[in-house]
Formats: sequence, C-alpha cells, structure tokens
Amino acid sequence: MTLPLLTRVYSNPQAALGLALPDWSLLIRQARNANMLARLGYVLAAVAVPAPALVHIQSQLTFARRFSSSLQWEIDCIATALQPLGIPLVLLKGAAYHAAGNTAAQGRIFSDVDILVPEAELAQVELALIRAGWSSGPIDAYDQKYYRQWMHEIPPMQHIKRQTSIDVHHNILPKTCRFCPDAAKLLARAVPTPGGYWVLAPEDRVIHSAAHLFLGGEFNHGFRDLTDLDLLLKEFSAQPGFWEVLLSRAAELKQTLAVSLALRYTGKILHTPIPAAILEQANLALSPVRWWLFDALFLSALQPDHHSCRTAWSNCAEAALFMRSHWLKMPLHLLVPHLLRKSLKPLEVLWEAKE
Amino acid sequence: MHQALTGNGLALRIGAFNVSVVSPIASVAEHILCLYPDFAVVEAGQFIDFHVGLTAPWSPRRYWHPQVNFSFDGHRPFKPLPYAQAAAFFEWGLNWCIASQSNQYLIIHAAVVEHNGQAFILPGSPGSGKSTLCAALVCRGWRLLSDEMALLSMADGLIYPAPRPVSLKNQSLDVIRAFSAEAVIGPIVNDTLKGTVGHLRPPAASVAASAYPAQAAQIIFPKYYVGSTTVLEPLSKARTLLELAEHCFNYSALGKLGFAALGDLCDVCACHQFQYSDLEEAIALFTRLATPSP
Repeated sequence: MTLPLLTRVYSNPQAALGLALPDWSLLIRQARNANMLARLGYVLAAVAVPAPALVHIQSQLTFARRFSSSLQWEIDCIATALQPLGIPLVLLKGAAYHAAGNTAAQGRIFSDVDILVPEAELAQVELALIRAGWSSGPIDAYDQKYYRQWMHEIPPMQHIKRQTSIDVHHNILPKTCRFCPDAAKLLARAVPTPGGYWVLAPEDRVIHSAAHLFLGGEFNHGFRDLTDLDLLLKEFSAQPGFWEVLLSRAAELKQTLAVSLALRYTGKILHTPIPAAILEQANLALSPVRWWLFDALFLSALQPDHHSCRTAWSNCAEAALFMRSHWLKMPLHLLVPHLLRKSLKPLEVLWEAKE
Repeated sequence: MHQALTGNGLALRIGAFNVSVVSPIASVAEHILCLYPDFAVVEAGQFIDFHVGLTAPWSPRRYWHPQVNFSFDGHRPFKPLPYAQAAAFFEWGLNWCIASQSNQYLIIHAAVVEHNGQAFILPGSPGSGKSTLCAALVCRGWRLLSDEMALLSMADGLIYPAPRPVSLKNQSLDVIRAFSAEAVIGPIVNDTLKGTVGHLRPPAASVAASAYPAQAAQIIFPKYYVGSTTVLEPLSKARTLLELAEHCFNYSALGKLGFAALGDLCDVCACHQFQYSDLEEAIALFTRLATPSP
C-alpha cells in the first residue's frame, strides 16, 4: 500500500519537491481535511511551495496565529475565574502545548480548552466558572448522571458571551476504564510554565496524548494527533534519560499499552526517531498476533481523514477501534445498559414529542 | 460539460480561484450553462482551490421530499436543502468556501463594481438593495467584481475580483428585467429561505477582466426606500470602519491585521450612506462620482 501524500510529505518534506500542481492540490486537500493545513506550513518552511498552494497554507497560518492569541486570552480568563480558589491551573493537550511553548502547538487549531483539577475541588471549580459566565449546555438527566458518575470530566461548559468551550477534567481517562491512572500522581508532577500556569510533566504530556488517541475511539483527527505525539517525542527526547522515564512512568500510570502503541505507530507511520532498544521494549507489550491485528487497524485508521486516503478497509478498521474503545472504557455490566439506552434514545425523543 | 460535471468535475476559473464542481443534477448543469458561459475552463494539470459537489442524499425521503447536499471536499458544512434549490445552493456553498478559506483577503459582505479604475464598495444587509443596485450598474457597463464579497488583499490593499452571477431576490428580478432588455437571468428558484431567487449572468467583459484588481475609491452603504429621493450623505471614517467590521466574514480571524486593513481602506476611500428608489438617478450619481473632476 502506498502511503497518502500528506503522510509522506510530513515525515519527509523533501518529498514535496518536484510535485506537480495537481499533487499540490491533493496535498492541500488532505491537510485541510485532517486539520493539518497550518501545521503543514511549519513542515514545509524550508521547501519552495508553488504560489497557488502557498496561498492556502498562509491563509490558515494567519488564522492559526490569531487563534493562538485568542487562546492566550481564553486561558487568562479561566485563570482569573479560578484565581480565588488558590489552586494551580493545570492545562492539558493543546492549551498545555501552547502554554509550555511546545512545537506541538505549531499550527494546532482546536475548539476546547482542557484543564485538570483535583476531584475534590470539582464542585468549587464548576461554581467559580459559572460565576464567571460559563454554563453547561442543555443536557438530559441521563447524560448528566453518566458524566458525573463514570467520566473523567464534567459536562463541557460554554462561555455565554465568547461561546468558547472548556472541559474540566479530574482525570485523563474515565473512572470506569481499566487503565484509569491515579490522577493525584499526574498533578504531583505538574510543572509551571513561563506564563505562570501549570502543565503535566513532559512524559505525562506524551502519556496523555497517547492515552487519548489509542484508548479513545475517534479518528477524525487521528493523523493530527499522531503528529502531536511525533512533535512531543522529538522535542522531549533531547532531555537525557527521557525514553527510560517515559516507559517507567507509563508503567506507573497503567499506560504501558497506550505508550507502546504510540511509539510503534509514530515510528511506523511518521518515522519518528525512537531508539531501537526502546521500540523493542514497547513491542514486548503485546503478542505478535495482537500486533498483527493492531497493525491492520491502526495503520489504516491513523491516516489523514480525506477520501483519497481511505481504502475499502478504513471503515471496518475505524468501526472495530470504536467498539474497542467502548470495551476499554467500561466493564460490560455498565456498557450494555449504556449502549441500550443510547440506541433507544431516538424512540424516547419520538415518545416525548408525541406527549 | 455534462461529462465533466458527472465525472471528475467541471473546473472553472472564477477570479483568483479554480473551482471544480461535480453534480449529476440537471438544474445545476442548466444554471452553469446559462450563467457561466464566459468563464474559462481550467485545463488539466492546474491547481484546484475548491472541490465542491451537489448530490441528492440516498435516503427513502428522496421519493416524497427529495433533497440536495452541498459538499466541500467530502465534508458537508450545511444541512440539506430541497432538491429544487440545488443551483442556488451551489452559489451559497461556494460563497462559504471562499469566505471561510481565504484569509489572504479581508472579506467584506458587499457588492463591488468598478468604473474608470475606481472600485465602489457597497456593503449591505439583506434587503438593502445592494444586489439590485449592483445589477443595474453592471447592466450599464460598470465592471462587476462581486455582488457578494469584497476581497480586500492583505498584501497590496487592492480589491480582487471574483465575478459570479448576481443573486436577485423577489421583486428585484422584475425590476432588473424591466431595467435592461439585455439582462440574462438564469433559472428561477422558488420558496428558498430568501424567497424567490434568480441570478443575473455577469457581463463577459467583467469575467474577461477578472485577473485585474482595482483600487477602492468609495465605500457607500446603500439603502432602498420606496419612493425615496436620491440622497447621498457623508459618513465619518470612524463610523464607516465600525460598520464595515460588522459586515466582514473573517474580521475576527484576522485580528489586528483586519483592523489595520480596514483603517487603511477607510483612509483612502470617500465614505457615504446612500438612499435611493430610482435606479437611473442612482447610476447617474455614481457615474459622476467616478468621473474625475476637470
């Protein structure tokens, strides 16, 4: 199977040299649909891009720069709202990469700011946010209970004036997930950023990104998320002993599987430079038969979300991984009633409309 | 043309954009055939900016209430519309593609016409009569740059053309038919959200000149009032800037750059608000404004 153009160009920007204009069209389309257009601008910084393609990249880079300053404003607003509580503001994912100045912030455009707070402080944090103008959208009693009882976050909140979203987490995986780590351990190693906020330790940022991508079931931003991992790994591997810390920390937080998958697929798909000994250790996480199965699923699902990158197999792979994510998220005695409830939802709506 | 539309796509050169359209729907083909005859077809081997498609979704609904989807490279930014509105959906969808993907311009919701090298920007809320006024001006030989969006280049401050069919609604259709015997109006679409919609074919000369940007000289906020006399009143630059910001599609996406671009634009333009009911008087006045004083 030949790899999609965007995948090839991302891992080897020189591959873009000598592309014909229709190939540039295709590259821009794949990048646009994968939410990678601005990031492609950074990847191709040293490559001569023909003018018609450059226009699209620069248009999105302009937006990305503006996004970055809006994000800073949003983070400042959240900090002001939570300031009376006197707890450190711990940012996650995109907001964390931005605050920490990581290369993974380059060209990353997203919709929610994610924060991590101790579970005991959850009610206080929610109240402080409500006071400052955030509110949970319309959500039915079942979903409300589902979030509060089983999930690792409260229902997403939106600011009534700015329409911006915040996800307040007390952990990085649902409580019901068999891989759910001890959140106190994550908070204990959080590090301050130059701007006065907090982010997870470098290895924990990688672990969270890996857990999100490889234990979650959504792949419409899968390729972009894989490039996040690639950028984080490349940046942090400059620190001495990083790889060993990553693996031992993964074991401590029950994330050996997620990190092993992350190392294997950033290596296989994006050619992220990972020491052979570390890869070997990661490969011990699963039996060869399970690797064969996961290769078949992830090598397909992690390609850019554009029809030119899809094969007859893509839908099956994504459906299988979606089911796997539910299987990982909840034990069967919770999962079956939950799925039943969700599948009956349309009937319920119909019934309520009739009444 | 039909082969391209139903196959790999009919690629048209629209101003600075190469747009590829795929649609098996007859009304879309008829719309393009009637309103885009002067547009160049993009040759194979060129860059395509936007791939759009109009197709009927496969659902049982198609038998009693057929619908049409607009897709932008496989994504559907909008809910489906009734099948009969496919051609209008093509125009609206393409507007969205340009407005949401082109931050090389500050994009103002406005008609732009040009005479004697001077571009007039006519921003207007729906119902202000901007499209009618724009249609009347181009029927009298003014160059059409756009009836929907002013593309103000962030690089050189010039207005770039993207001439497309001028969208006319409800009574405006009869007004323009009565105003110009040569006006070619394409297939009429009834019962849209905006009422009855038809499109005026852009003049061949405007399409032929669509590679050439123009310098903005006037910003005029038109307002049609039944029975009104023709009144042109100066509008302060500060007020004009604030009003224009409200009419931009991507003002917030550009941030400071957008503010600076609007400031520069207002500095070099004369700014007015304009009331009218008589198109002939309006055109006479606009022509005087565009004529250098001796």
